[in-house]
Amino acid sequence: MRPWQEDRTRVPIATKIVIAGGFGVGKTTMVGTISEIEPLQTEALMTEASEGTDDLTATPEKHTTTVAMDYGRVTLDDDLVLYLFGTPGQQRFWFMWDDLVRGAIGAVVLADTRRLKDCFPALDYFESSGLPYVVAVNHFDGSSEFDAEDVRDALTVPAHIPVMIMDARRRLPVIETLLALVGHALDATPE
Amino acid sequence: MSTPGTPRLPVRGGDRKPARVRPYSLTGGRTRFGHVLLVETFVAAIEAPEERKELENGSLSTRVVPELRAIVELCRRMRTVAEISALMRMPLGVVRVLLSDLADQGKIRVYGTGHGPRQPDRALLERVLSGLRRL
Repeated sequence: MRPWQEDRTRVPIATKIVIAGGFGVGKTTMVGTISEIEPLQTEALMTEASEGTDDLTATPEKHTTTVAMDYGRVTLDDDLVLYLFGTPGQQRFWFMWDDLVRGAIGAVVLADTRRLKDCFPALDYFESSGLPYVVAVNHFDGSSEFDAEDVRDALTVPAHIPVMIMDARRRLPVIETLLALVGHALDATPE
Repeated sequence: MSTPGTPRLPVRGGDRKPARVRPYSLTGGRTRFGHVLLVETFVAAIEAPEERKELENGSLSTRVVPELRAIVELCRRMRTVAEISALMRMPLGVVRVLLSDLADQGKIRVYGTGHGPRQPDRALLERVLSGLRRL
């Protein structure tokens, strides 16, 4: 139990970082590595934007799907809390991201070099939304070692955006990734 | 598009009048809420120990469904919207609507995020940086 959870007179500041990327890339792992609480799963129930049909007579189940989001917490100071949200990177969930990224510090786009394409939609999204982001390659045992610069070239990520190789299971690389993102967000924020 | 002959459902919001009776179902299909409830927005219960009895014979509009009561119970401690969603095993959208109702009824207070709705400013980012460095 943290003091801020019970003291109503000093409500903490809540900040958040979004962890995005393809299925199985390590979002849940990353949130779990750094979170001070057992990561929670929250669900967003959504109606899939089915194209060309407006058929309300069909069963509603057909059009709704749940998207799981991992949720972790790090208390940074007496009155400062950082929340991490691991969220699916599929294009059809973008409307959910608009809501999620509002007020966020930025995003970590997790990539797996064996399935690099899986992170393209997330990159496209953050590039167009203007939210600060960094690319973190989660290195899996048995996957080939690539330089960060090889990945940058493949992803056509501009030079000022940090691209790093990390291990989502280890605390220090995860902290370094978050530091890179917050530093980058600071650079992108006007004085 | 519906084909001729198939029954047509009423369009939500088509002839909307201000809703006086609610909650008539868990969400009532409402998606609008007056409160800004981001995933990380803090909420907490407003302590009102004598209110229980009053609630039990309250009118339909104020009757507390079990879910609402459970949320108020969780909110005895400062919680975020996402945390309530996870602990209640309820989708975020549903939790937002219920929290919005509870706030309207004066059962919970929405404390916000402690900073504006936009991205954090430099001073706050500096604080987050130092906090992360101390981990």
